[in-house]
Amino acid sequence: MKPARFDYFAPGTVDEALALLAEHGDQAKPLAGGQSLIPAMNFRLARPQVLVDLNQVAALSYIRANGSGLAIGAMTRQRAVERSDLVARAAPLLAEAMPSIAHPQIRNRGTVGGSLAHADPSAELPAVALALETRFRAKSATGERWIPAGEFFKGMLETALEPGELLVEIAIPPLPARSGTAFLEMARRHGDYALVGVAAVVTLEANGRCQAARVALLSVGDGPVLASEAATVLAGQAPSAELARAAGERAASRDVDPPSDIHASAAYRRRLVAVLTRRALERAFERAEKGSGEQGAVPSG
Amino acid sequence: MVTVNGARYERTVEPRLLLSDFLRNELGLTGTHVGCEHGVCGACTVLLDGEAVRSCLMFAVQADGHAVTTVEGLTDGGGGPLHPLQAAFHEAHGLQCGFCTPGILMTLVPFLRDHPHPDEREIREALSGNLCRCTGYQNIVAAVRLASDGIPTPDR
Ligand SMILES: Cc1cc2nc3c(=O)[nH]c(=O)nc-3n(C[C@H](O)[C@H](O)[C@H](O)COP(=O)(O)OP(=O)(O)OC[C@H]3O[C@@H](n4cnc5c(N)ncnc54)[C@H](O)[C@@H]3O)c2cc1C
Ligand code: FES
Ligand code: FES
Repeated sequence: MKPARFDYFAPGTVDEALALLAEHGDQAKPLAGGQSLIPAMNFRLARPQVLVDLNQVAALSYIRANGSGLAIGAMTRQRAVERSDLVARAAPLLAEAMPSIAHPQIRNRGTVGGSLAHADPSAELPAVALALETRFRAKSATGERWIPAGEFFKGMLETALEPGELLVEIAIPPLPARSGTAFLEMARRHGDYALVGVAAVVTLEANGRCQAARVALLSVGDGPVLASEAATVLAGQAPSAELARAAGERAASRDVDPPSDIHASAAYRRRLVAVLTRRALERAFERAEKGSGEQGAVPSG
Repeated sequence: MVTVNGARYERTVEPRLLLSDFLRNELGLTGTHVGCEHGVCGACTVLLDGEAVRSCLMFAVQADGHAVTTVEGLTDGGGGPLHPLQAAFHEAHGLQCGFCTPGILMTLVPFLRDHPHPDEREIREALSGNLCRCTGYQNIVAAVRLASDGIPTPDR
């Protein structure tokens, strides 16, 4: 057998799961979709002594309107988010990013909460969550807290979650009027982890100038990176191809310090940051201008 | 208790037994192949409640109460006539060594259910999670087109 021995629990409620996690401390790991944890266990890179399987906790699987924003339960399958009309309407950026996560067979099991808690720097959902100012609801046997996206991701495969704490829900706030979003990434093959990806959100003022921009990049550091320098280039300016280009160049030169690895050199990644940021911003501006919140109707691709 | 290809099985297994190994070693359903065991190659793809999943990335105990379909389920336990998609693979020469084929078939069955008339780009995207070392994918795509639109393989 490939994984090392472990004790297995399949609680039916959040409270039971939290009690089990509290009882077993850092020996225990929650099991969500298993699409990152089980490969690590098959290689014995991970050897949790206790697995608390969340797949029977039906109460953690939902996509709900939350005012004009969205609330998504941690155990919601990535595939359910991809197929949701509600997500397409209320968070088109999230909808646009979903097909880039792995393959359908993986998304049928993989969960939203699992991907966020795993916090792979090459994963799509952390960058999208950061761009959308998502809030994370964490629960433990002793209480509950909300963590803003900017504080949730702590580094390579590291989050603000403490041992014994479960991510139970994410809340995505609605975007202001005259907002547009776009997700783009470059991967060697469809479904591979991205060499670089970008999630862009822009909001225009009534006079058409850029009021605010949030650009989050993936695969360029230890976690999702908010391109704050690029955002300062955009603030108060009228959208144009030239502006998008300048913001992309600024992101590449000032916001990131990408790694070199067998997949891509740092220089190539930097180039991708400039080009993909420019393209994503152009698309987001166009959608914001067409706008009045009808972004769900804009085809992705 | 798990339903596999319509038959119900009850077994007591160690929690760490992967679904892929359960199907192969406990039930003798060796049509489900095992390649990489970390989710990349797709050889182990089966249906769980009608949707394609990696059987190497699930524990057998997690299938308790669910319905699993393996490649044997396409032909009524292995003895029946070929499923139309299998017939198309046969006709279009969509396999060589056949190692990847069960996983590819189990990926394509729900894909064709959801996209009855896919174009070539959609077919290639659907196949992106399954590695084939032999065919270069060309004849697999041809087989899918034959199965979905009755388009025969072009002469070569
Ligand atoms: C071949 C392959 C390709 C992939 N490609 C991509 C890709 O391109 N992009 C991408 O983003 N991902 C990719 N993935 C990963 C996939 O998206 C996983 O589903 C995801 O990373 C983890 O989600 P999961 O639900 O499977 O979590 P699991 O694997 O079950 O868990 C992951 C980690 O998070 C912890 N955890 C899970 N849920 C919670 C919770 N609610 N609270 C606290 N901790 C929790 C677990 O203890 C574990 O440490 C790929 C996976 C495979 C096998
Ligand atoms: S053996 Fe399961 S994906 Fe390769
Ligand atoms: S036919 Fe040999 S691997 Fe695909």
